[in-house]
Amino acid sequence: MSDGYILQMKNITKTFPGVKALSDVTLEVSEATIHAICGENGAGKSTLMKVLSGVYPYGSYDGEIIFQGKKMAFKNIKDSERAGIVIIHQELTMIPELSVTENIFMGNEIVEKGLINWEKQRKRTRELLKEVGLHIDPNAIIKNLGVGQQQLVEIAKALSKNVKVLILDEPTSSLNESDSENLLRLMIGLKKQGITCIMISHKLNEIAAVSDYVTVIRDGKTVDGYAVEAGRVDENKIIKAMVGREIENRYPEHTPKIGEVILEVSDWRVEDAKVPGRMLCKNSAFHVRAGEIVGFAGLMGAGRTELMRSLFGKNMGIFRGGNMKIRGREVKINSVREAIRNKIAYVPEDRKGLGLNLLDTIRKTVVSANLDTIKTKGLLDFDKERAASEKYRDSLRIKCRDVGVGVNTLSGGNQQKVVLSKWMFTEPDILILDEPIRGIDVGAKYEIYKLIHELADQGKAIILVSSELPELLGMADRIYTIFEGSITGEISAKEATQEMLMKKMTITA
Amino acid sequence: MNYIKKVLGEDLRQYTMVVALAALIIIFNIASGGKMVTSSNFQNLISGNAYVLVLALGMLMVIVIGQIDLSVGSVAGFASMVMAITARQFNLPWYVAILIALVIGMIAGAWQGFFLSRLGIPGFITTLGGMMIFRGGVIWISNSISVPVPSELKWFGAGYLPEWGPAFTGMNNSTLLLGIIAIAVFVTAQLRKFTHSGDVTGKKEEFWPYAVRIGIVSVVIGYATWLFGSGRVGTSFPIPGLILVILIILYYLITERTSFGRHVYAVGGNKAAAELSGVNVKRTYFLTMLNMSVLAAVAFDVYNKKNRG
Repeated sequence: MSDGYILQMKNITKTFPGVKALSDVTLEVSEATIHAICGENGAGKSTLMKVLSGVYPYGSYDGEIIFQGKKMAFKNIKDSERAGIVIIHQELTMIPELSVTENIFMGNEIVEKGLINWEKQRKRTRELLKEVGLHIDPNAIIKNLGVGQQQLVEIAKALSKNVKVLILDEPTSSLNESDSENLLRLMIGLKKQGITCIMISHKLNEIAAVSDYVTVIRDGKTVDGYAVEAGRVDENKIIKAMVGREIENRYPEHTPKIGEVILEVSDWRVEDAKVPGRMLCKNSAFHVRAGEIVGFAGLMGAGRTELMRSLFGKNMGIFRGGNMKIRGREVKINSVREAIRNKIAYVPEDRKGLGLNLLDTIRKTVVSANLDTIKTKGLLDFDKERAASEKYRDSLRIKCRDVGVGVNTLSGGNQQKVVLSKWMFTEPDILILDEPIRGIDVGAKYEIYKLIHELADQGKAIILVSSELPELLGMADRIYTIFEGSITGEISAKEATQEMLMKKMTITA
Repeated sequence: MNYIKKVLGEDLRQYTMVVALAALIIIFNIASGGKMVTSSNFQNLISGNAYVLVLALGMLMVIVIGQIDLSVGSVAGFASMVMAITARQFNLPWYVAILIALVIGMIAGAWQGFFLSRLGIPGFITTLGGMMIFRGGVIWISNSISVPVPSELKWFGAGYLPEWGPAFTGMNNSTLLLGIIAIAVFVTAQLRKFTHSGDVTGKKEEFWPYAVRIGIVSVVIGYATWLFGSGRVGTSFPIPGLILVILIILYYLITERTSFGRHVYAVGGNKAAAELSGVNVKRTYFLTMLNMSVLAAVAFDVYNKKNRG
């Protein structure tokens, strides 16, 4: 054992075509500790864990992994699991239709004489469930369990593999408070049994509660590491380390022309459809003026997207009450169609999953949210459709051979422009942009920022949801912070600093 | 190659099926010693298979939304059996009988669409159940005895366009008229496209690719017209073929030129994105399944009852 570390990752560099996801990252984990890794979205935390667990096989990255004093070369997840490193992903990976026992022994069955010994498997399952403090029938079907229970079953599954290092990727992001506490308690229990936990999280209160050591990763580099004394974290120090990059002049100049209040939301409450009792939005209240760009800062899973999609025709979660006023008039919007009719547009964060039909052409995509405008005598008019798409192709400088080509042939930035065109074509007054520049190269980003400014100058109320703080500080006029479904602060962008925002995004005020 | 692309468009792959079909026709014409490309064979092919193509029109949309309808045969059978029995019982005229069949198809489709769109049960399961139910329904209401349909319906399944006008044309004049209309429509569409070709880009396209296209299509339609029109006396382009042509035009308009058609493709391509674009996904599911069953009832009307009893 070298220097008391169970695991050392030395100088890990991982490059994807065109992007350096990790550069020279070093991570050292002591045995029987809880080691937290934090960093902004896209900082490279998950990539690092994928390198460790063999998702990215040995040879596809530079640097070395030393586990229990030995150099490791994992070719796949099976290799790393055999060594005792088990990762529990953010999205649970169990088969919902199968039982707890079946899931725990999936791919790892106790086989005797060519047949599965169910009796032994069930017995072992019962033991494992007891260890994680779950009192359920081993034959229970996974989909009938709550998310918190499912999470515990995942841990039981990891224990069945003789785990030495357990990696938890944002383990509490989909849990309600009592389930979260339960999980954190279990982690401390595992630590006492000698199991090392690596926890990826950006909830500083959780890190403070359980971890012994924190490593901060920013832009694919290790920035800092702290030992945490007696369950106390210097939150300010971590926040500074998480965001401490220079803001370059990446945002176009803009003087806002702010007018009357267009959108006013009060007391908005949404419950998670999957986890009863967990509130995605807790009494949210905010307003947006004409010509104003209002930023929503919050980390992934904080409830930003949930709030926006709930406003956009109750598209997510279960609506539990709240009022919405557009230009002072109270409106009740119950479907996306009504939202569009009320001049609201929502550009989703997941471009390929939610924004586009990748089988469609540009021209069909541009008009798809507002087909009524291109109708002549009740039939769709292809000439109008072409004219509309050509208009946006020119004004947004969408680079394509012809508007008749498929959107799947375009680059990320151009695809995003097509999605923006689609929503601009609905002529909205309120434009909600959820992470509009995710996965877009720098040049296209600048163009999209300019476009957002133009739209604001036309008097539209713009909501910009982002987890990149420099972007919000550079673009927004006013910023709301969200943490665990609550709006925790409202700051004018002039006064805001990254540290201030990050603090409100990670701790309830 | 460049010249070919100018005539046929950039994407040549879409003609794969056309080439395959042409190859099949040529191969079988040689193998059968010239019996493939004859008037009577083509007439029989059309009237014998029109019902398949009618079903394909609906099934296309069902498959585009990512579902399947296994019950079309049973729905067609059930709709026609109800029609035949009520028509005989109450001595109904043929058009009322057809109306009854369509309504039955609509009810069957609504039943299956309900399970898919409201309860989220996959089309495979829903329509497998539908297949059993409606097949059972046929046996139950008919007591397993065959019931004749109104005789006019035979005309829909196996009739020919009427003969009229002068004989010097050397072929059936209805078929000739149909061919002329088809060519005229194509020529007008092409000329219109040509005159508008520079509207957006400002650069007018060359005329010759249009001329070549018009030439090729006119020859093909002309030959088909002659083939269908010059058969045995009393034969011509079959009635089921005419119904099929009308339905193809109608469904082209529905799939390409209506919001509903766009919604079908949107739901099929990306359900989540469609929903966030304001498409009523449940309604689209429902209407697509409903439409399929109505077309199943229509398919029976063009089923060739003369040859198959």
